[in-house]
Amino acid sequence: MSHILTILTFLPLVGATVVAFIPRTATAKIRWVALVTSLVTLAWGIGLFLGFDLHHPGLQFVENYPWIESPPVAYHLGVDGLSVLLLLLTVFLAPLAILASWRSIGERVKEFHLLMLALETGMNGVFVAQDLFLFFVFWEAMLIPMYFLIGIWGHERRIYAAVKFILYTMLGSALMLVAILYLYNATGTLELPAILAQLSGPAPPISPKGARWLFLAFFLAFAIKVPLFPLHTWLPDAHVEAPVAGSVILAGVLLKMGTYGILRFCLPLFPEASRQFAPVISVLAVIGILYGSLVSMVQPDLKKLVAYSSVAHLGFVVLGIFAFNPMGLEGAIYQMCNHGVSTGALFILVGMLYDRRHTRLISEFGGLSSVLPVLGAFFLFVTLSSLGLPMLNGFVGEFLIILGAFHRRALYGALAATGVVLAAVYLLWMYQRVFLGEVRSEKNRALADCSGREKLILTAMAAVILGMGVYPQPFLRRLDQSVAEVLARVQPGEEAALVFGSPKGWNDASRVATSSATTFHAPWLLPLPGPERERGPLDLTRDSRRELRDAAPAELKGIAGVACTPGEAPRAGMNRR
Amino acid sequence: MEAILLLLLIPPLAGAALNGILGRRLPQAAVSLIGCGTAALSMIAALAAAWKFTQLPPDAAPYAHHYFTWIHSGTFTADFALYYDRLTLVMTCTVTVTAFLIHLYSRGYMEHEGGYYRFFSHLNLFLFMMLLLVTAGNYALMFVGWEGVGLCSYLLISFYFTRQSAADAGKKAFITTRIGDVGFTLAVALLFWTFRSIDFSTVLPQIAALGAGEQRTVLTAIGLLFFLGAAGKSAQIPLYVWLPDAMEGPTPVSALIHAATMVTAGVYLVARSNAIFSHAPAALSTVGAIGCITAFFAATIALCQNDLKRILAYSTISQLGYMFAACGAGVFAAGIFHLMTHAAFKALLFLGAGSVMHALSGELDIRKMGGLRHRIKITYGTFLIATLSICGVPGFAGFFSKDEILAAEYEGALGRSWLFVLGSVTAGLTAFYMFRALLMTFHGQPRMDPEVERHIHESSSKMTGPLIVLAILSIVAGWVSWPKPLGGAEAFDRYLEPVFGQSEELLRAAAPATPAHALTGGALMLISLGAAGLGILLALWFYLWSPELPERLARNFKSAYTLLVNKYYVDELYGALIVRPIRLCSEGLLWRGIDAGAIDGVLVNGTAEATAEVGGILRRIQSGNLRSYAAWVLLGAVVWVGYVLLR
Repeated sequence: MSHILTILTFLPLVGATVVAFIPRTATAKIRWVALVTSLVTLAWGIGLFLGFDLHHPGLQFVENYPWIESPPVAYHLGVDGLSVLLLLLTVFLAPLAILASWRSIGERVKEFHLLMLALETGMNGVFVAQDLFLFFVFWEAMLIPMYFLIGIWGHERRIYAAVKFILYTMLGSALMLVAILYLYNATGTLELPAILAQLSGPAPPISPKGARWLFLAFFLAFAIKVPLFPLHTWLPDAHVEAPVAGSVILAGVLLKMGTYGILRFCLPLFPEASRQFAPVISVLAVIGILYGSLVSMVQPDLKKLVAYSSVAHLGFVVLGIFAFNPMGLEGAIYQMCNHGVSTGALFILVGMLYDRRHTRLISEFGGLSSVLPVLGAFFLFVTLSSLGLPMLNGFVGEFLIILGAFHRRALYGALAATGVVLAAVYLLWMYQRVFLGEVRSEKNRALADCSGREKLILTAMAAVILGMGVYPQPFLRRLDQSVAEVLARVQPGEEAALVFGSPKGWNDASRVATSSATTFHAPWLLPLPGPERERGPLDLTRDSRRELRDAAPAELKGIAGVACTPGEAPRAGMNRR
Repeated sequence: MEAILLLLLIPPLAGAALNGILGRRLPQAAVSLIGCGTAALSMIAALAAAWKFTQLPPDAAPYAHHYFTWIHSGTFTADFALYYDRLTLVMTCTVTVTAFLIHLYSRGYMEHEGGYYRFFSHLNLFLFMMLLLVTAGNYALMFVGWEGVGLCSYLLISFYFTRQSAADAGKKAFITTRIGDVGFTLAVALLFWTFRSIDFSTVLPQIAALGAGEQRTVLTAIGLLFFLGAAGKSAQIPLYVWLPDAMEGPTPVSALIHAATMVTAGVYLVARSNAIFSHAPAALSTVGAIGCITAFFAATIALCQNDLKRILAYSTISQLGYMFAACGAGVFAAGIFHLMTHAAFKALLFLGAGSVMHALSGELDIRKMGGLRHRIKITYGTFLIATLSICGVPGFAGFFSKDEILAAEYEGALGRSWLFVLGSVTAGLTAFYMFRALLMTFHGQPRMDPEVERHIHESSSKMTGPLIVLAILSIVAGWVSWPKPLGGAEAFDRYLEPVFGQSEELLRAAAPATPAHALTGGALMLISLGAAGLGILLALWFYLWSPELPERLARNFKSAYTLLVNKYYVDELYGALIVRPIRLCSEGLLWRGIDAGAIDGVLVNGTAEATAEVGGILRRIQSGNLRSYAAWVLLGAVVWVGYVLLR
């Protein structure tokens, strides 16, 4: 067994230990140690990303050691595509958050960097843990540094915000803990793969009613974290009061833990319940999109505006997840990463403005583009990514989500698309009030444009934003297997499009498939009837199937999906696990 | 071919990047060399591609090339794939030629403006996005160009960003067109889920091969949704409001983006999707009706405007309406033909207006002009040619294309006589307001400040050169398609037949059998010529022969005049019905009411306070007083014993 994941998880903690031994007056040294540690972790994370096998189903880089005998807790780590992307996001944002705090954190520098590195270990741990107990430990462990980051280095109302943040999250954690204990009681194990095997087996040890309650307990914990409307009110307070690094990590990574948990636990463990609650959750997600956008529009405080925009963006993610089709899920996961980068960048930019003017009120600014042309250009770039301009990252996720949600119910897609217009409204209006027009306040006339350090941070983020928008393939392809496995549980049939490897082959096959017209059965404002929805792209008439078999490229021939009906195809794929 | 298409796209992108990143440190000459040079390379590539494609036989398949997979998820694929057929050919040539000329003109126009490099960088980026829009091989990639040109339009409208009105106008343009983009997005989604592809070379033949009436409901929905997108981008009712405000941008931008190219993207979208519309006649009729009504509506507003650029802006909306009317009548080629001629004469009109502005130190109000024809002769001559062209005077380009449209409105598969009547009236209005603008600007007595008058000068050759070239194009561009009533063969329409032929035929076949048309092509032409002539005569009478007449009319028909001057109060209406309610509701109800009040105040902090209250009450039990604890213990024991005994 390799220790790639253990190293990735605990490398920041090693850095934290080193920091602990540096005298507190040597602030420069502390900063450099923290930065280098996070950069090494980033390099390690990129290595993991590149080494990840696209076609391998199930977990990779697994480490599994017994830890506690009774109850049988294992130190079980492993990653699938979902984890890999979120890990990459985490290790990417951590050095930027540290770099963004280079000047703005002047007090208790040692403690700050200690906590930041500990936080990174906690976050990485959440994404790699495959044992429920271990997961819970990391989940709770990461709360503590965040609590202190807000409470010590935050702004005026930091104590209120920190307490609110921790109480809200703890409420969910408590419910999740109960659910974990119940699961352990019913299955006798805490390891996620083993529980999954039991629950998907022929005689699941949990009744459908029990599964519903468990689903709700898990879901509530995660929905608070997301945050799903109406559980979102901790978010604006926490974001506004947190220091820049705190906001970046909060928005960039912590919110994703909610959607990660939904994908990792709620959907595969309780597929029946997920389907039952999907309509309610989708409606809440749509409300979140519209409501978050509208409330964001009227915020006088820059950070609050960005915070409410997160409610809207995460609404998109939840909507995509509960679309239960490949586009929705892959779009949602991709959008999780996009939101992390774009909103992280927005918070860093707002932090740069705060460093210069010590205010976040939009009304204090105006006309800054004349004074800060470089900062203004970067700000616009990030704004455009956040409002989903094609060829930047946000578009890919949003578009796939709208496509997926539209298939679930056209109205969801239509309302989500309206949310895209509102995003343009609140973001461009904000940009206009801050950067365009005349310079009104005398205090804004003599501000200094971006320093080298700031340019470095922003260039890195802009490059990632552009790269993810132009060539999303490396990311999306890593998701195929994990998404297929989730779909096989929650919406059997939908994963057929994903199980068989290469995208190029699929291209050709779907081209052939579409050459015979399919008929649209339902009025487009209603959900499609079951058989239509579950029909894979290969569910063709007998003739066209023969045609397809003849036309299929060599590597596709003989694969179950081409030769047999799609109902069988997924199972054949799943058996390989 | 695949290399030529890349050579078409890459230079402007590279130019944009180069000028955007390094431009601040480069001298003006280098910036304009990069800007104009890349535009020229692009134009050469477009012409080379056109030449190469024309060598092929007419029935050759469209050229489609897949470069790399952009987005792929499940069964959905959006490739970076380009598509080239005769429609693309016309579009790329129109776009690159006008763009190149306007790049050249901008060297002179922007010479003394700040942000010279920024201007050229954005202009190059626009050219790239526009070319991507017209060469894209699927709807998703087309949407990239579609949004990209919207972004450049935003950036260039608010080019003078320190001016509040410019910043407002840019934002308004972006958001209004984005409302249309909802339609575009949903159309793509519906198209994909119905036909499982959004690739032109896959899905369009598939739709074209459908039987009559098959999938009609879905295709009608797709068509209408696409048209919503087109109405946003091409400024049609009800989303036209952004275009007049967009005149805040520098004049070359108005000429290139808001007259010649970007705003015609909606027409291109409808024409490209002709297979879809041919199976959805109801959607196509809607396109035609809205186009025709917009043409008329915008022309009436243009009658009473006094800002030269705004007159031209409303005229653009009106002419775009004509193009949609042609497509909507089932004659797509006529719409594209007008798109091409309009690009020449409308770009010329705007550039002429820019030259007038230069001469008059930035003045745009035609009430403060007059008598310029002797002072700036080249500008006057070219402006006159463009005006004659847009009015449809025989021999000029506009005559040929407009005549085809009016004929289509009557004779086309979906043509109606009311469309023709409205179209002809619009032709008269167009002639009137354009001659009004021409006469008030160049004829009569000078009405400007003496200070301004002293500085009047003809623009440099950097600006007049492109004017002359465009003037030539404004005449000859129409000659490619000599109309039938004059013994021509409508060569342009024939040329585009491989693209539109099947759809136009299908529409004709599906159209209800009409009685023999009462009017022949020649009669139609005479009617439209008569309308234009009448408009010109009226304008001459009002503004040259008896200049006191307009004022008298304005006094006598005060309410109508006020309504027109205020553009039917549409902006105010949108503000009162949509913008303000949303803002107030978001602020008062959603944020302060629901969010801060109900959810956070009552539910969240209410729970916290309730907990604190209960704690406060329970605290009294923990008094620290030994005797009270003993009393509690005794009380507990009594209750327990009582419970056990009485059970």
